[in-house]
Amino acid sequence: MNDTMVAERQENRQDAGRSEGQAQSRQPQPRGREQPAMTPRVDVLEDGTGITLLADLPGVARDALEIHVEGDSLTIEGQVSTATPEAMEATYAEVRVPRFRRMFTLSRELDGSRIEAQLKDGVLRLRIPKQEHAQPRRVQVKVS
Amino acid sequence: MFASMTSPSMFGDFDRLRRELDDLFGVAGLPTSIRSAAPGAFPALNIGHTPSSVEIYAFAPGIDPARIDVTIDRGVMTISGERPSALPGDDARVNVYANERFAGRFRRAVSLPEDIDPSKVEATYRDGVLRVSVARRESALPKRITVQ
Repeated sequence: MNDTMVAERQENRQDAGRSEGQAQSRQPQPRGREQPAMTPRVDVLEDGTGITLLADLPGVARDALEIHVEGDSLTIEGQVSTATPEAMEATYAEVRVPRFRRMFTLSRELDGSRIEAQLKDGVLRLRIPKQEHAQPRRVQVKVS
Repeated sequence: MFASMTSPSMFGDFDRLRRELDDLFGVAGLPTSIRSAAPGAFPALNIGHTPSSVEIYAFAPGIDPARIDVTIDRGVMTISGERPSALPGDDARVNVYANERFAGRFRRAVSLPEDIDPSKVEATYRDGVLRVSVARRESALPKRITVQ
């Protein structure tokens, strides 16, 4: 990973907050050679104010996790690293690819620029709030 | 440990499909270890060994390490515990769209080689991965014999 890539990611994050038309007019970034990856298992819950996404990412440290919002697409990608003794030979493996990746399409009423992320014990919790105007509101009825 | 296992095929993409097919048709008739579980069992296990230890990695995210039980009994190591569900009970205001994450009690067993020393076991939990390192007996270590 080099500095240019980091800058590019930040730029994309800002884009998510701008209008959709602008984000879509950008040329899709070539993301390089797609490496093989496992699909993390997720739970997706929606309440009145937004969506909560929980993803199992065992072995992914905080600095090895990338959450990428571009236009209406959300990508979660993480590198699995485990403390492995140097001389170790693998004899059996169910986790064969040291990488997780999964993409989601956000719907219009979700606010991609205000996503909050927490990673604890290998579980990512993403909170994707709804746009202000999409949140349920109670309308006060005035008595005239 | 992963490099030698990584294949250029798209394990990740096919993993889900395979899980679904396995659910439909059952696991194909390949011989496996007598204690191995069906693919997709929780937690996923990786096992490796060094000349001085056997290393077991259990990919068990979101569990309180104090509530994971690791036992070794007559050469069989068992990892068990319980993972709480993230779903709300009966909250009608919450819609659940995906519920793929494992919840409930889990238990997995691994047959250890005969040369292990069950009194020298270390277990650590980091980023949702439980690593159990079981030492092998000194006598099992390869020894260099000096030629007189």
